[in-house]
Amino acid sequence: MTTIIETRGLSREFRVRDGLGRRVVTAVDRLDIRVAAGEAVGYIGANGAGKSTTIKMLVGILVPTAGEVLTCGREPVRERRSLARDVGVVFGQRSQLWWDLPVCDSFRLLAAIHGLDADQERRRTGELIERMEMEEFLAFPVRQLSLGQRMRAEVAAALLHSPRLVILDEPTIGLDVLSKQRLREFLIAERAEHGTTLLLTTHDMGDVERLCDRVLVVDRGRLAYDGSLAGLSGTVGARRELIVDLAEPTPDLRSVADTEHLVSEGGGLRQRLAFDAERTTAARVLAAVSEQVEVVDLSVTEPNIEDVVRRIYAAQR
Amino acid sequence: MDLASSLLVGLVELAEVWVLFQNVPRLGGVEFTQILLVFGLADFCFSMADLLFGHCDNLTTFVRAGTLDVFYLRPQPLLLQLITSDISLRRLARGAVGLGALVVGLVLNPIEWDLGAVVLLGLAVVSGLTVFSAQFVTAAGLQFFLINGSEMTNAFVYGGRYAASQPASVWSRPLKVAFGFFFPMAFVAYLPVIELLGLPGPQWLPSWFGWCAPLAALWACALAALSWRQGVRHYQGGGG
Repeated sequence: MTTIIETRGLSREFRVRDGLGRRVVTAVDRLDIRVAAGEAVGYIGANGAGKSTTIKMLVGILVPTAGEVLTCGREPVRERRSLARDVGVVFGQRSQLWWDLPVCDSFRLLAAIHGLDADQERRRTGELIERMEMEEFLAFPVRQLSLGQRMRAEVAAALLHSPRLVILDEPTIGLDVLSKQRLREFLIAERAEHGTTLLLTTHDMGDVERLCDRVLVVDRGRLAYDGSLAGLSGTVGARRELIVDLAEPTPDLRSVADTEHLVSEGGGLRQRLAFDAERTTAARVLAAVSEQVEVVDLSVTEPNIEDVVRRIYAAQR
Repeated sequence: MDLASSLLVGLVELAEVWVLFQNVPRLGGVEFTQILLVFGLADFCFSMADLLFGHCDNLTTFVRAGTLDVFYLRPQPLLLQLITSDISLRRLARGAVGLGALVVGLVLNPIEWDLGAVVLLGLAVVSGLTVFSAQFVTAAGLQFFLINGSEMTNAFVYGGRYAASQPASVWSRPLKVAFGFFFPMAFVAYLPVIELLGLPGPQWLPSWFGWCAPLAALWACALAALSWRQGVRHYQGGGG
Protein backbone atom coordinates (compact mmCIF):
# COMPACT_ATOMS: atom_id res chain seq x y z
CA MET A 1 0.00 0.00 0.00
CA THR A 2 1.30 3.46 -0.81
CA THR A 3 2.48 5.58 2.06
CA ILE A 4 1.16 9.12 2.00
CA ILE A 5 2.74 10.51 5.14
CA GLU A 6 5.94 9.25 6.68
CA THR A 7 7.94 10.95 9.40
CA ARG A 8 11.01 9.67 11.14
CA GLY A 9 12.29 11.35 14.29
CA LEU A 10 10.57 14.54 13.19
CA SER A 11 11.28 17.39 15.62
CA ARG A 12 10.82 21.10 15.71
CA GLU A 13 12.12 23.54 18.27
CA PHE A 14 11.28 27.19 18.68
CA ARG A 15 13.43 29.74 20.36
CA VAL A 16 11.34 32.04 22.47
CA ARG A 17 12.40 35.06 24.39
CA ASP A 18 12.11 34.55 28.10
CA GLY A 19 12.89 37.72 30.00
CA LEU A 20 16.40 38.64 28.98
CA GLY A 21 17.51 35.21 27.90
CA ARG A 22 16.19 32.78 25.35
CA ARG A 23 14.61 29.45 25.93
CA VAL A 24 14.18 26.55 23.54
CA VAL A 25 10.68 25.09 23.35
CA THR A 26 10.25 21.71 21.71
CA ALA A 27 6.92 21.77 19.89
CA VAL A 28 7.32 18.43 18.14
CA ASP A 29 9.56 15.79 19.64
CA ARG A 30 10.87 12.81 17.62
CA LEU A 31 7.61 11.96 15.94
CA ASP A 32 7.29 8.74 13.93
CA ILE A 33 4.10 8.55 11.91
CA ARG A 34 3.06 6.47 8.92
CA VAL A 35 -0.21 7.02 7.14
CA ALA A 36 -1.21 4.83 4.20
CA ALA A 37 -3.17 6.03 1.18
CA GLY A 38 -6.91 6.08 1.75
CA GLU A 39 -6.76 6.20 5.55
CA ALA A 40 -8.72 8.70 7.61
CA VAL A 41 -6.69 9.73 10.61
CA GLY A 42 -7.70 11.90 13.53
CA TYR A 43 -4.75 13.79 14.94
CA ILE A 44 -5.76 14.94 18.38
CA GLY A 45 -4.15 16.62 21.33
CA ALA A 46 -4.56 19.55 23.67
CA ASN A 47 -3.81 23.12 22.60
CA GLY A 48 -0.09 23.57 22.17
CA ALA A 49 0.53 19.83 21.86
CA GLY A 50 2.22 20.32 18.50
CA LYS A 51 -0.59 19.51 16.08
CA SER A 52 -0.37 22.61 13.91
CA THR A 53 3.42 22.56 13.96
CA THR A 54 3.36 18.99 12.63
CA ILE A 55 0.95 19.96 9.88
CA LYS A 56 3.08 22.93 8.89
CA MET A 57 6.09 20.64 8.56
CA LEU A 58 4.05 18.16 6.51
CA VAL A 59 3.19 20.80 3.94
CA GLY A 60 6.51 22.64 3.85
CA ILE A 61 5.68 25.84 5.72
CA LEU A 62 8.09 25.09 8.54
CA VAL A 63 11.56 23.62 8.27
CA PRO A 64 12.03 20.72 10.73
CA THR A 65 14.80 21.13 13.30
CA ALA A 66 15.63 17.42 13.02
CA GLY A 67 14.29 14.24 11.47
CA GLU A 68 12.78 13.40 8.13
CA VAL A 69 9.39 13.90 6.63
CA LEU A 70 7.94 12.67 3.35
CA THR A 71 4.48 13.75 2.23
CA CYS A 72 3.10 12.05 -0.88
CA GLY A 73 6.64 10.82 -1.40
CA ARG A 74 8.08 14.34 -1.50
CA GLU A 75 10.26 16.43 0.75
CA PRO A 76 7.88 19.24 1.73
CA VAL A 77 10.29 22.18 2.00
CA ARG A 78 12.37 21.39 -1.07
CA GLU A 79 9.46 20.34 -3.28
CA ARG A 80 6.82 22.64 -1.84
CA ARG A 81 5.34 23.65 -5.18
CA SER A 82 4.85 20.19 -6.61
CA LEU A 83 3.58 18.98 -3.24
CA ALA A 84 0.98 21.75 -3.17
CA ARG A 85 -0.71 20.09 -6.15
CA ASP A 86 -1.21 16.88 -4.18
CA VAL A 87 -2.30 18.33 -0.85
CA GLY A 88 -5.31 20.38 0.16
CA VAL A 89 -5.24 22.12 3.51
CA VAL A 90 -7.94 23.88 5.49
CA PHE A 91 -6.82 25.90 8.45
CA GLY A 92 -9.98 26.58 10.44
CA GLN A 93 -8.61 29.94 11.53
CA ARG A 94 -7.20 31.08 8.19
CA SER A 95 -8.94 31.88 5.00
CA GLN A 96 -7.57 31.07 1.62
CA LEU A 97 -10.42 32.79 -0.12
CA TRP A 98 -10.31 36.40 -1.26
CA TRP A 99 -12.20 38.45 1.30
CA ASP A 100 -13.76 40.91 -1.13
CA LEU A 101 -14.40 38.60 -4.06
CA PRO A 102 -17.50 36.51 -4.69
CA VAL A 103 -17.03 32.84 -3.82
CA CYS A 104 -17.21 31.74 -7.45
CA ASP A 105 -14.41 34.16 -8.40
CA SER A 106 -12.23 32.79 -5.60
CA PHE A 107 -12.77 29.32 -7.07
CA ARG A 108 -11.84 30.52 -10.54
CA LEU A 109 -8.67 32.17 -9.26
CA LEU A 110 -7.65 29.05 -7.36
CA ALA A 111 -8.34 26.89 -10.40
CA ALA A 112 -6.02 29.16 -12.39
CA ILE A 113 -3.35 29.05 -9.66
CA HIS A 114 -3.47 25.26 -9.69
CA GLY A 115 -3.45 25.21 -13.47
CA LEU A 116 -6.69 23.27 -13.94
CA ASP A 117 -7.92 23.23 -17.53
CA ALA A 118 -11.38 24.62 -18.33
CA ASP A 119 -13.02 21.21 -18.49
CA GLN A 120 -11.59 19.96 -15.17
CA GLU A 121 -12.49 23.25 -13.54
CA ARG A 122 -16.11 23.14 -14.68
CA ARG A 123 -16.57 19.53 -13.66
CA ARG A 124 -14.93 19.82 -10.25
CA THR A 125 -16.47 23.18 -9.31
CA GLY A 126 -19.91 21.89 -10.34
CA GLU A 127 -19.45 18.77 -8.24
CA LEU A 128 -18.34 20.70 -5.15
CA ILE A 129 -21.06 23.32 -5.44
CA GLU A 130 -23.72 20.65 -5.68
CA ARG A 131 -22.38 18.45 -2.89
CA MET A 132 -21.88 21.30 -0.44
CA GLU A 133 -25.03 23.15 -1.45
CA MET A 134 -23.22 26.35 -2.18
CA GLU A 135 -25.43 27.57 -5.02
CA GLU A 136 -27.28 30.09 -2.83
CA PHE A 137 -24.19 32.08 -1.82
CA LEU A 138 -21.90 31.68 -4.82
CA ALA A 139 -22.28 35.31 -5.87
CA PHE A 140 -21.74 36.77 -2.38
CA PRO A 141 -18.38 38.21 -1.44
CA VAL A 142 -16.63 36.03 1.13
CA ARG A 143 -16.90 38.70 3.85
CA GLN A 144 -20.70 38.43 3.78
CA LEU A 145 -20.84 34.68 4.37
CA SER A 146 -21.86 33.07 7.63
CA LEU A 147 -19.23 30.96 9.34
CA GLY A 148 -20.89 27.75 8.20
CA GLN A 149 -21.05 28.94 4.61
CA ARG A 150 -17.48 30.16 4.72
CA MET A 151 -16.17 26.86 6.04
CA ARG A 152 -17.97 25.02 3.26
CA ALA A 153 -16.36 27.36 0.74
CA GLU A 154 -12.95 26.93 2.41
CA VAL A 155 -13.17 23.15 2.25
CA ALA A 156 -14.29 23.32 -1.36
CA ALA A 157 -11.37 25.63 -2.15
CA ALA A 158 -8.90 23.20 -0.59
CA LEU A 159 -10.38 20.29 -2.53
CA LEU A 160 -10.71 22.07 -5.86
CA HIS A 161 -7.56 20.55 -7.32
CA SER A 162 -8.58 17.00 -6.24
CA PRO A 163 -5.65 16.48 -3.87
CA ARG A 164 -4.59 12.99 -2.77
CA LEU A 165 -4.19 14.14 0.81
CA VAL A 166 -6.56 16.49 2.60
CA ILE A 167 -5.46 18.05 5.87
CA LEU A 168 -8.11 19.73 7.96
CA ASP A 169 -7.04 21.76 10.98
CA GLU A 170 -10.08 22.30 13.21
CA PRO A 171 -12.59 22.30 10.34
CA THR A 172 -15.68 22.27 12.56
CA ILE A 173 -14.58 24.86 15.11
CA GLY A 174 -17.46 27.18 15.90
CA LEU A 175 -19.92 25.43 13.59
CA ASP A 176 -23.47 24.54 14.62
CA VAL A 177 -24.65 20.94 14.67
CA LEU A 178 -26.26 21.09 11.25
CA SER A 179 -23.23 22.63 9.53
CA LYS A 180 -20.94 20.10 11.20
CA GLN A 181 -23.13 17.28 10.01
CA ARG A 182 -23.21 18.56 6.45
CA LEU A 183 -19.44 18.95 6.36
CA ARG A 184 -18.88 15.46 7.76
CA GLU A 185 -21.25 13.90 5.25
CA PHE A 186 -19.48 15.64 2.43
CA LEU A 187 -16.06 14.44 3.60
CA ILE A 188 -17.31 10.86 3.91
CA ALA A 189 -18.72 10.97 0.36
CA GLU A 190 -15.55 12.57 -1.00
CA ARG A 191 -13.43 9.82 0.54
CA ALA A 192 -15.67 7.05 -0.70
CA GLU A 193 -15.57 8.38 -4.24
CA HIS A 194 -11.96 9.51 -4.65
CA GLY A 195 -10.12 7.47 -2.03
CA THR A 196 -8.73 10.67 -0.57
CA THR A 197 -6.49 10.37 2.47
CA LEU A 198 -7.69 12.49 5.37
CA LEU A 199 -5.75 13.94 8.27
CA LEU A 200 -7.88 15.83 10.71
CA THR A 201 -7.06 17.75 13.86
CA THR A 202 -9.96 18.55 16.08
CA HIS A 203 -11.22 19.13 19.56
CA ASP A 204 -14.53 17.54 18.69
CA MET A 205 -14.76 13.83 19.49
CA GLY A 206 -17.79 13.69 17.21
CA ASP A 207 -15.59 14.50 14.21
CA VAL A 208 -13.24 11.68 15.11
CA GLU A 209 -16.03 9.20 15.74
CA ARG A 210 -17.79 9.83 12.47
CA LEU A 211 -14.87 10.44 10.15
CA CYS A 212 -11.77 8.63 11.30
CA ASP A 213 -10.79 5.00 11.44
CA ARG A 214 -7.53 5.69 13.19
CA VAL A 215 -6.52 8.07 15.93
CA LEU A 216 -3.14 9.57 16.74
CA VAL A 217 -2.90 11.34 20.07
CA VAL A 218 -0.06 13.77 20.52
CA ASP A 219 0.97 15.22 23.84
CA ARG A 220 3.77 17.70 24.37
CA GLY A 221 5.08 16.96 20.90
CA ARG A 222 5.20 13.20 21.37
CA LEU A 223 2.98 10.46 20.05
CA ALA A 224 1.01 9.16 23.02
CA TYR A 225 -1.39 6.81 21.24
CA ASP A 226 -1.76 5.28 17.79
CA GLY A 227 -4.70 2.99 17.06
CA SER A 228 -8.46 2.81 16.68
CA LEU A 229 -10.90 5.04 18.51
CA ALA A 230 -12.49 1.96 20.11
CA GLY A 231 -9.09 1.03 21.47
CA LEU A 232 -8.63 4.54 22.77
CA SER A 233 -11.92 4.44 24.66
CA GLY A 234 -11.01 0.99 25.88
CA THR A 235 -7.65 1.98 27.28
CA VAL A 236 -8.59 5.23 28.91
CA GLY A 237 -12.37 5.01 29.19
CA ALA A 238 -13.38 7.94 27.02
CA ARG A 239 -17.01 7.59 27.88
CA ARG A 240 -20.00 9.77 27.25
CA GLU A 241 -22.23 10.78 30.09
CA LEU A 242 -26.00 11.00 30.21
CA ILE A 243 -27.31 13.42 32.79
CA VAL A 244 -30.99 12.96 33.63
CA ASP A 245 -33.28 15.15 35.72
CA LEU A 246 -35.98 12.96 37.19
CA ALA A 247 -39.57 13.76 38.20
CA GLU A 248 -39.07 12.54 41.78
CA PRO A 249 -36.17 11.63 44.03
CA THR A 250 -35.06 8.18 43.00
CA PRO A 251 -32.54 5.71 44.41
CA ASP A 252 -29.30 5.42 42.41
CA LEU A 253 -29.93 3.91 38.97
CA ARG A 254 -27.44 1.09 39.14
CA SER A 255 -29.29 -1.49 37.07
CA VAL A 256 -29.30 0.21 33.66
CA ALA A 257 -27.60 -2.05 31.10
CA ASP A 258 -24.11 -1.03 29.82
CA THR A 259 -23.84 2.02 32.08
CA GLU A 260 -22.11 2.96 35.24
CA HIS A 261 -23.81 5.16 37.78
CA LEU A 262 -21.46 8.00 38.61
CA VAL A 263 -23.21 10.34 41.02
CA SER A 264 -26.61 11.46 42.25
CA GLU A 265 -27.49 15.01 43.24
CA GLY A 266 -30.48 16.54 45.03
CA GLY A 267 -31.38 13.28 46.77
CA GLY A 268 -31.52 11.46 43.43
CA LEU A 269 -33.30 14.15 41.39
CA ARG A 270 -30.32 14.46 39.03
CA GLN A 271 -28.18 11.45 38.19
CA ARG A 272 -25.17 10.98 35.95
CA LEU A 273 -24.64 7.78 34.03
CA ALA A 274 -21.48 7.00 32.08
CA PHE A 275 -21.67 4.78 29.02
CA ASP A 276 -19.34 3.57 26.32
CA ALA A 277 -20.43 4.81 22.89
CA GLU A 278 -19.09 1.62 21.32
CA ARG A 279 -21.47 -0.60 23.29
CA THR A 280 -24.70 1.32 23.57
CA THR A 281 -26.33 4.58 22.50
CA ALA A 282 -27.70 7.53 24.40
CA ALA A 283 -31.19 6.67 23.13
CA ARG A 284 -31.00 3.12 24.44
CA VAL A 285 -29.77 4.28 27.83
CA LEU A 286 -32.54 6.87 27.99
CA ALA A 287 -35.17 4.25 27.10
CA ALA A 288 -33.87 1.97 29.84
CA VAL A 289 -33.98 4.80 32.38
CA SER A 290 -37.48 5.85 31.28
CA GLU A 291 -38.77 2.35 31.96
CA GLN A 292 -37.86 2.78 35.60
CA VAL A 293 -38.66 6.43 36.27
CA GLU A 294 -40.08 9.53 34.56
CA VAL A 295 -37.36 11.72 32.97
CA VAL A 296 -37.99 15.48 32.98
CA ASP A 297 -34.85 16.74 31.30
CA LEU A 298 -31.57 15.38 30.01
CA SER A 299 -28.21 16.28 28.52
CA VAL A 300 -25.35 14.28 27.08
CA THR A 301 -21.70 15.29 27.51
CA GLU A 302 -19.00 14.21 25.10
CA PRO A 303 -15.66 12.94 26.35
CA ASN A 304 -13.34 15.87 26.24
CA ILE A 305 -10.11 15.55 24.35
CA GLU A 306 -7.96 17.19 27.00
CA ASP A 307 -9.34 14.66 29.47
CA VAL A 308 -8.59 11.75 27.21
CA VAL A 309 -5.07 12.96 26.59
CA ARG A 310 -4.46 13.52 30.27
CA ARG A 311 -5.61 10.04 31.07
CA ILE A 312 -3.42 8.50 28.39
CA TYR A 313 -0.49 10.35 29.77
CA ALA A 314 -1.27 9.28 33.32
CA ALA A 315 -1.69 5.67 32.18
CA GLN A 316 1.74 5.66 30.57
CA ARG A 317 3.57 6.60 33.71
CA MET B 1 -7.04 61.14 -4.61
CA ASP B 2 -4.22 58.71 -3.94
CA LEU B 3 -2.98 59.42 -7.42
CA ALA B 4 -2.91 63.18 -6.82
CA SER B 5 -1.24 62.96 -3.42
CA SER B 6 1.54 60.70 -4.63
CA LEU B 7 2.05 63.01 -7.58
CA LEU B 8 2.37 65.86 -5.09
CA VAL B 9 4.92 63.94 -2.99
CA GLY B 10 6.99 63.38 -6.09
CA LEU B 11 6.86 67.06 -6.96
CA VAL B 12 7.77 68.15 -3.42
CA GLU B 13 10.84 65.94 -3.54
CA LEU B 14 11.80 67.47 -6.84
CA ALA B 15 11.26 70.96 -5.39
CA GLU B 16 13.55 70.06 -2.51
CA VAL B 17 16.38 69.45 -4.96
CA TRP B 18 15.55 72.68 -6.79
CA VAL B 19 15.57 74.75 -3.55
CA LEU B 20 18.94 73.29 -2.61
CA PHE B 21 20.42 74.30 -5.95
CA GLN B 22 18.91 77.80 -5.73
CA ASN B 23 21.35 78.43 -2.90
CA VAL B 24 24.45 76.79 -4.29
CA PRO B 25 25.27 76.78 -7.98
CA ARG B 26 27.18 73.53 -7.79
CA LEU B 27 27.17 70.65 -5.35
CA GLY B 28 29.74 67.88 -5.56
CA GLY B 29 30.74 69.16 -9.00
CA VAL B 30 27.23 68.87 -10.35
CA GLU B 31 24.82 71.57 -11.55
CA PHE B 32 21.05 71.66 -11.22
CA THR B 33 20.31 70.48 -14.75
CA GLN B 34 22.70 67.62 -14.22
CA ILE B 35 21.26 66.63 -10.87
CA LEU B 36 17.84 66.77 -12.51
CA LEU B 37 18.98 63.92 -14.69
CA VAL B 38 20.24 61.96 -11.69
CA PHE B 39 17.02 62.60 -9.80
CA GLY B 40 14.84 61.68 -12.77
CA LEU B 41 16.68 58.45 -13.47
CA ALA B 42 16.69 57.35 -9.83
CA ASP B 43 13.10 58.35 -9.19
CA PHE B 44 11.78 56.72 -12.34
CA CYS B 45 13.60 53.44 -11.63
CA PHE B 46 12.45 53.49 -8.02
CA SER B 47 8.81 54.15 -8.89
CA MET B 48 8.74 51.34 -11.40
CA ALA B 49 10.39 48.95 -8.94
CA ASP B 50 7.87 50.12 -6.33
CA LEU B 51 5.05 49.36 -8.75
CA LEU B 52 6.36 45.84 -9.28
CA PHE B 53 7.84 44.91 -5.90
CA GLY B 54 6.46 47.50 -3.47
CA HIS B 55 4.13 44.90 -1.95
CA CYS B 56 7.10 43.28 -0.30
CA ASP B 57 6.58 45.98 2.33
CA ASN B 58 3.34 44.26 3.33
CA LEU B 59 5.04 41.02 4.23
CA THR B 60 4.67 41.67 7.96
CA THR B 61 0.93 42.19 7.54
CA PHE B 62 0.65 38.91 5.69
CA VAL B 63 2.65 37.11 8.35
CA ARG B 64 0.39 38.52 11.07
CA ALA B 65 -2.82 37.69 9.25
CA GLY B 66 -1.61 34.19 8.45
CA THR B 67 -2.05 34.84 4.75
CA LEU B 68 1.54 33.82 4.19
CA ASP B 69 0.74 30.28 5.39
CA VAL B 70 -1.85 30.16 2.65
CA PHE B 71 0.72 31.33 0.08
CA TYR B 72 2.87 28.35 1.07
CA LEU B 73 -0.01 26.02 0.21
CA ARG B 74 -0.26 27.08 -3.40
CA PRO B 75 1.85 25.66 -6.20
CA GLN B 76 3.30 29.05 -7.16
CA PRO B 77 6.48 30.83 -6.05
CA LEU B 78 5.99 32.73 -2.80
CA LEU B 79 7.58 35.91 -4.07
CA LEU B 80 5.36 35.94 -7.14
CA GLN B 81 2.27 35.58 -4.95
CA LEU B 82 3.48 38.34 -2.69
CA ILE B 83 4.14 40.91 -5.40
CA THR B 84 0.96 40.10 -7.29
CA SER B 85 -1.23 40.29 -4.19
CA ASP B 86 -2.20 43.80 -5.17
CA ILE B 87 -1.26 46.51 -7.64
CA SER B 88 -1.40 50.23 -6.94
CA LEU B 89 -1.78 52.56 -9.80
CA ARG B 90 -0.90 55.55 -7.66
CA ARG B 91 2.68 54.43 -8.02
CA LEU B 92 2.40 55.26 -11.70
CA ALA B 93 1.99 58.92 -10.75
CA ARG B 94 5.33 58.82 -8.97
CA GLY B 95 6.85 57.29 -12.05
CA ALA B 96 5.48 60.16 -14.12
CA VAL B 97 7.37 62.74 -12.02
CA GLY B 98 10.60 60.78 -12.38
CA LEU B 99 10.09 60.29 -16.09
CA GLY B 100 9.34 64.00 -16.52
CA ALA B 101 12.52 65.01 -14.68
CA LEU B 102 14.49 62.50 -16.70
CA VAL B 103 13.20 63.78 -20.04
CA VAL B 104 13.74 67.45 -19.10
CA GLY B 105 17.24 66.56 -17.88
CA LEU B 106 18.04 64.78 -21.13
CA VAL B 107 16.86 67.77 -23.16
CA LEU B 108 18.62 70.47 -21.10
CA ASN B 109 22.00 68.78 -20.89
CA PRO B 110 24.42 68.77 -23.80
CA ILE B 111 24.60 65.08 -24.53
CA GLU B 112 26.31 63.62 -27.56
CA TRP B 113 23.70 61.19 -28.77
CA ASP B 114 25.59 58.30 -30.23
CA LEU B 115 24.93 54.57 -29.91
CA GLY B 116 27.04 54.41 -26.74
CA ALA B 117 24.93 57.01 -24.96
CA VAL B 118 21.66 55.21 -25.81
CA VAL B 119 23.04 51.86 -24.66
CA LEU B 120 24.37 53.43 -21.46
CA LEU B 121 21.02 55.02 -20.68
CA GLY B 122 19.17 51.78 -21.43
CA LEU B 123 21.54 49.80 -19.21
CA ALA B 124 21.14 52.36 -16.44
CA VAL B 125 17.33 52.18 -16.49
CA VAL B 126 17.21 48.38 -16.51
CA SER B 127 19.93 48.06 -13.87
CA GLY B 128 18.40 50.76 -11.68
CA LEU B 129 15.03 49.04 -11.80
CA THR B 130 16.71 45.77 -10.87
CA VAL B 131 18.72 47.27 -8.01
CA PHE B 132 15.64 48.85 -6.40
CA SER B 133 13.55 45.72 -6.91
CA ALA B 134 16.30 43.70 -5.29
CA GLN B 135 16.30 46.13 -2.37
CA PHE B 136 12.60 45.51 -1.81
CA VAL B 137 13.16 41.77 -1.84
CA THR B 138 16.18 42.02 0.47
CA ALA B 139 14.09 44.04 2.90
CA ALA B 140 11.26 41.51 2.69
CA GLY B 141 13.68 38.68 3.44
CA LEU B 142 14.87 40.54 6.52
CA GLN B 143 11.25 41.01 7.65
CA PHE B 144 11.08 37.30 8.41
CA PHE B 145 13.66 37.88 11.11
CA LEU B 146 12.46 41.27 12.33
CA ILE B 147 8.70 41.00 12.35
CA ASN B 148 8.41 44.50 13.71
CA GLY B 149 11.45 45.82 11.94
CA SER B 150 9.89 47.28 8.83
CA GLU B 151 10.93 50.77 9.96
CA MET B 152 14.52 49.67 9.91
CA THR B 153 14.39 48.01 6.53
CA ASN B 154 12.42 50.94 5.13
CA ALA B 155 15.33 53.12 6.18
CA PHE B 156 17.61 51.54 3.66
CA VAL B 157 14.98 50.95 0.96
CA TYR B 158 13.64 54.50 0.96
CA GLY B 159 16.91 55.94 2.20
CA GLY B 160 18.53 54.15 -0.71
CA ARG B 161 16.18 55.86 -3.11
CA TYR B 162 17.15 59.19 -1.62
CA ALA B 163 20.83 58.32 -1.80
CA ALA B 164 20.48 57.29 -5.42
CA SER B 165 19.09 60.67 -6.41
CA GLN B 166 22.06 62.58 -4.97
CA PRO B 167 25.53 63.15 -6.32
CA ALA B 168 27.69 60.47 -4.75
CA SER B 169 30.62 62.90 -4.75
CA VAL B 170 29.30 64.66 -1.63
CA TRP B 171 29.28 61.45 0.40
CA SER B 172 31.75 60.72 3.15
CA ARG B 173 33.81 57.55 2.89
CA PRO B 174 31.58 55.32 5.03
CA LEU B 175 28.60 56.42 2.98
CA LYS B 176 30.47 55.64 -0.22
CA VAL B 177 31.11 52.14 1.03
CA ALA B 178 27.52 51.65 2.20
CA PHE B 179 25.58 53.22 -0.67
CA GLY B 180 28.28 53.05 -3.30
CA PHE B 181 29.10 49.40 -3.07
CA PHE B 182 27.15 47.40 -0.50
CA PHE B 183 23.77 48.80 -1.53
CA PRO B 184 24.92 49.89 -4.97
CA MET B 185 22.90 53.10 -5.16
CA ALA B 186 25.57 55.20 -6.83
CA PHE B 187 25.38 52.84 -9.81
CA VAL B 188 21.68 53.48 -10.29
CA ALA B 189 21.82 57.07 -11.49
CA TYR B 190 24.84 59.13 -10.48
CA LEU B 191 27.57 57.08 -12.14
CA PRO B 192 25.74 56.48 -15.43
CA VAL B 193 24.87 60.19 -15.58
CA ILE B 194 28.42 61.50 -15.07
CA GLU B 195 29.63 59.02 -17.67
CA LEU B 196 26.89 60.16 -20.01
CA LEU B 197 27.83 63.82 -19.47
CA GLY B 198 31.54 63.15 -19.59
CA LEU B 199 32.17 64.48 -16.06
CA PRO B 200 35.01 63.24 -13.88
CA GLY B 201 34.09 60.93 -11.02
CA PRO B 202 35.00 61.48 -7.35
CA GLN B 203 37.53 59.46 -5.41
CA TRP B 204 36.79 55.68 -5.45
CA LEU B 205 34.03 56.13 -7.99
CA PRO B 206 35.54 56.83 -11.43
CA SER B 207 33.00 57.71 -14.09
CA TRP B 208 33.61 54.57 -16.18
CA PHE B 209 31.91 52.74 -13.32
CA GLY B 210 28.73 53.99 -15.02
CA TRP B 211 29.09 51.06 -17.42
CA CYS B 212 29.20 48.65 -14.48
CA ALA B 213 25.58 49.28 -13.45
CA PRO B 214 24.56 45.75 -14.59
CA LEU B 215 27.25 44.28 -12.31
CA ALA B 216 25.84 46.29 -9.43
CA ALA B 217 22.39 44.97 -10.34
CA LEU B 218 23.67 41.39 -10.26
CA TRP B 219 25.25 42.00 -6.87
CA ALA B 220 22.00 43.46 -5.52
CA CYS B 221 20.12 40.43 -6.85
CA ALA B 222 22.54 38.03 -5.18
CA LEU B 223 22.04 39.87 -1.91
CA ALA B 224 18.26 39.74 -2.37
CA ALA B 225 18.26 36.03 -3.21
CA LEU B 226 20.32 35.26 -0.12
CA SER B 227 18.13 37.34 2.15
CA TRP B 228 14.87 35.96 0.75
CA ARG B 229 16.00 32.35 0.87
CA GLN B 230 17.19 32.60 4.43
CA GLY B 231 14.00 34.43 5.38
CA VAL B 232 11.69 31.83 3.87
CA ARG B 233 13.52 29.04 5.66
CA HIS B 234 13.51 30.96 8.91
CA TYR B 235 9.75 31.51 8.80
CA GLN B 236 8.11 30.31 11.98
CA GLY B 237 4.50 30.31 10.92
CA GLY B 238 1.79 32.73 11.94
CA GLY B 239 0.59 30.87 15.03
CA GLY B 240 -2.72 29.03 15.26
